[in-house]
Order: sequence, then C-alpha cells, then structure tokens
Amino acid sequence: MADLFEAAAGTAALERREARRKLGFRMRGFGDRFFGVLTLGLGLLILSILCGLALALILGSAASIQKFGLRFIISTDWDPANDVYGALPFIYGTVVSSLIALLIAAPLSVGTALYLSETAPEWLSRRVGFMVELLAAIPSVVYGLWGIFVLGPWLRDYVEPVLGEGLGFLPLFTGPRISVSMLCAGVLLAIMVLPYIASVCTDVFRAVPRTQREAALALGATRWEMVQIAVLPYGRSGIIGAIILGLGRALGETIAVAMVIGNRPEISASLFAPSATLASVIANEFAEATSSLYLSSLMELGLVLLAVGLLLNVAARVLVLNAKRGEGEAR
Amino acid sequence: MDDEWQRASAALVNFMADKLICRHLNAYYNYGQIQGLRNVDLKVGANLVTAIIGPSGCGKSTLVRCLNRMHEEVPGATVEGQVLLDGEDIYAPDIDPARIRRRIGMVFQKPAPFPTMTIAENVAAGLRLNSARLSRAELDEIVERSLSHAALWDEVKDRLDEPGVSLSGGQQQRLCVARALAVEPEVLLMDEPCSALDPISTARIEELLLELKESYTIVIVTHNMQQAARTSDYTAFMYNGELVEFGDTRQIFTNPSRPETEDYITGRFG
Repeated sequence: MADLFEAAAGTAALERREARRKLGFRMRGFGDRFFGVLTLGLGLLILSILCGLALALILGSAASIQKFGLRFIISTDWDPANDVYGALPFIYGTVVSSLIALLIAAPLSVGTALYLSETAPEWLSRRVGFMVELLAAIPSVVYGLWGIFVLGPWLRDYVEPVLGEGLGFLPLFTGPRISVSMLCAGVLLAIMVLPYIASVCTDVFRAVPRTQREAALALGATRWEMVQIAVLPYGRSGIIGAIILGLGRALGETIAVAMVIGNRPEISASLFAPSATLASVIANEFAEATSSLYLSSLMELGLVLLAVGLLLNVAARVLVLNAKRGEGEAR
Repeated sequence: MDDEWQRASAALVNFMADKLICRHLNAYYNYGQIQGLRNVDLKVGANLVTAIIGPSGCGKSTLVRCLNRMHEEVPGATVEGQVLLDGEDIYAPDIDPARIRRRIGMVFQKPAPFPTMTIAENVAAGLRLNSARLSRAELDEIVERSLSHAALWDEVKDRLDEPGVSLSGGQQQRLCVARALAVEPEVLLMDEPCSALDPISTARIEELLLELKESYTIVIVTHNMQQAARTSDYTAFMYNGELVEFGDTRQIFTNPSRPETEDYITGRFG
C-alpha cells in the first residue's frame, strides 16, 4: 500500500517536472523565436537600405543611362554647357588619388603599428596610439583647409621640384607646379586614412600569440627578425583587411579632396596637374545642376562610385581569402 | 652495486665540465612585485639530461626561461644573479641575448610551428637569421639532418612542402625540436614538451632525449615525475620559487634528503 502511494507520488512529481520542463521549453522557445525574428528584421533592414539606395541611384540616373549608355563610363567629356557628360576623368581621379594615398599610407601605417605594438614601451605606446587615433577625429573640412594653405604650397615649393628633377623623365612628375593637384589630394588622403590602417594593424600585431614570438626569439632572432618571421606573416590577412578599410575611406572622401584637387575634369598623366574625383565633382556641382540630364549624370556618378567601391572591396576580399589559405589549415 | 654506480656517475660528472651554472638567481614579475625565483643555485652538466620538477607555479618554467634570457621578454620581468654558460655570464651587459639564444635552444610546452611556412621552411627558419647565406644544397642537408635527429624525417620526407601546421600535435612538437636543432645549439631547454601530447608521442620524445644527449646538454621541465625518473640523469626539485633539492635522479627518487621532496614524489601534495 505504502509502496503504491510512494509510486503514485513519484509519478505525480515526475509529471509535474515534465510539465515544468515543457513550459520552460515553450518560454525559452518564445524567447529564441523573438530574438531570431528581431535580428532577422534588423538584418533585412540594413539590406533594404542598401538596396533602396542603389535603386534610388539607378532610378535617378535613368535619364543619363538612357542618353549615354556605356559611353558614360568611357567618355572623357564633361561639358555641362553642352549637356554632354562622361565619367572617366572622375573614375581616373578617384582611383589614382586613392592609390597614391595607399602607397604612402600603407607602409607608414604598418611601420607605425609595428612601433606601437613591438618597440614602444607600454606607457608611450598608449599615448602615441591615442594620438594616432585622434587623427581620425579631425573633421575632413579642417584637413581640407590645412591642405589648401599648408600642404599644397609646401608640396609645390619643396617636394614637387625635387620629384621633377629626380624623376622628371617619368610623365608622372612633369608639367607646371601649382598648389592644387592630384598629388596634394593623394598625400592629404594618405594622412587621413593612416589612423584607420595603423590602429587596425596595431590590434592585428598585438593579437599575434606570444608562443609565435617566443618561438622566433628562441631561435636567436633579433627583434626585427622576429617581426619578419613571426609577426608579419601571421598578420598578413589582417594587414590586407586594414588596407581595404583605408581604401574604402579614401575612395569616398569628399570635402577635403574637393578643396585641394583643383576640380578639373581632365585626365592628365602628371600628378602635378589638377584633377577631380567622383565624390568631389558631385559635391561641387550638385547645387548648380540646372538641367535634369545634368542632375541625372551626377546621380550616375554616385552609382559608379558605389560600383567602384563594391568592386575594389570584392577584389580585396578575394585577396584576403587567398592570403588566409596560404596560412594553412590549423588556425 | 648502487654505491659503485653512484661513485662512477659522480666521477663522470666531475670529469665533464658544468655547461650551465646558476648563481644566486632571483627572478621577478610585474616590475619586482612578484618574486618567481629565490636564490637558485644550480649546475647543469654537459651532455646530461637535467630534469626540473615541482608543483604548478613553483618557478620551474621561470628557471628554465632564465637560462636563455627568455624570461625578460615578458613585460615587467627582471632577473638578478648570474647564469654562466661555459663560464661566461649570459647576463653581462655587453652580451646580445639573440646570440645566447642561438647557443641555448628552446622547445615550448605548446608546439608552435610558424603557420605560414612549410615543414622544410619551419626547420630552416632559424638558419635564415643573421647567418651566412647557405646554398640550397646545404639547406636541404641541414633540414634532413635536423629532421632525422628529431626522429621525424621518415614521416615527413615526402611532404616537406606541406604546411607545418598540417602535422599532428606530436609531429609538430618534433618539428619544433628539429627547428631548434637546426641552428646547432649547445644546450636544449625543454619546457614541458610533452604536456600537450598523447602517450605514444610522449614516448617518442623521451626516446629522443636519450639520443640527443650524446650531442647536446638538455634541461627538461616536467610535471610528470615518471618522465623525470625515466629520462634524466640529474633532478632538481623546486617548490615556491626555491630549489629545494638537487641531485642524482636515482637518489632523488629513491632516497630524497628533504622531507618536501619526499612528500612531492610520493604524491602527498602537488
């Protein structure tokens, strides 16, 4: 009898526990579902903003696309007076100014990051690192102002003569020297993207495991040799990622570039000549775009900028993937 | 019989010079706030295996890392005292630590092959450092010799161009041994080289120790007392940053003179 009672009580307890568990499951199921729907919604929102942006640009540039077709991208004519528009000078300006920026900023940033992560004592590293990041906090327009009044004249008076004399046989460094130029825009962009690349690279280098560094040191490596065999190879894909980040900044930078590049829609072999970028021409001309075709062409420039950015990002991502593959499986 | 064995080995030790001598070695962490080693005096005989045993945190890794100036690579870590390598103080102000580390190689607890390098490149990594340019043939020869020495050649000779990290854990550790041997050090320090390995790989490394001691002086840190008993000629027992007892391995394990040592090796603590 007592046994039976106990068994019944046991069963009841079991059932109660089962019920509780089911309820718990349901509650937890609800939480999970809610969280899932919420995050899915947020993800879709971002995607729809991007799609909406692209769609608006495409719709806005419909007139120009209809009128010029593919010729828009390969034409060098930008003549608002005659309502004829072509994007090539701006594509050229955007790509070349960004390339100059990366050519200067990438080695400088990697060097800065190596100093901050490897050489500098900790107290100094923290302060200098903070100041490097402060560079990113300066507004573009302030960079532009400095570019016009300080950097441009300085490049014209001291750097361009030297380049012209030493490397004047290259068409890149010929022609008259004026303070607003492709070179000035490139150098200014280099200074502006440096903090981004440098701070990401610093984090990448700091993330190299101590076992790797010590393995190199234990072989009798000096500090620089340790960097060569343990730090740089390990951080390779991270360095490329940092440079992509800088590239993205350089491609889209508008106001500072518009202030120092000279805004002349021409393709010139010389870096001393003024030029214009996709972003700078939009900023300079949207207010005076009187004809609808003019406005539509500016919209299409925006679309082209989006496409150039996308293309370079994809290319860079492929580069990172390849670099990662080279690093072997066990990571 | 035992006595005779001890007398013979003692004579042998006296005959062979001490390769490394620590004198009043003190080591600190965190800018002197934590003391890792307290007044350690130790002699490491040439062509012998010296084991350092003791419970976790007793300073055995710190001690072995002081022997090739690796300790100071930890931020805030400092060393006082002397370590003599063939009579020369490696902590003298005009000594370049990189040069010392070429003479005193090291194998770490976790195998750490360079992930971007192939097996062959990993072995040759140390050779590319501040040494005369070697020809392709010379490099190949050193790679083969080092891998054979580390008992890995037969397993990898057909896949030298594969990444070093594609090997199994035990193979990776032997690859690290080969990498350390390639620069031809005089002393090989091993900081718990088997703690991440399975028993079979461990046995291979232990066999390796016995072969290697013909050409190298070996110091091995281990938390495995059987390993110390099996492989070493001399054993140092450390506790709380101090060297409690140092002597012939047989004597330490059969007839320790200090009660702490006896407690530890009989498993009463640690």
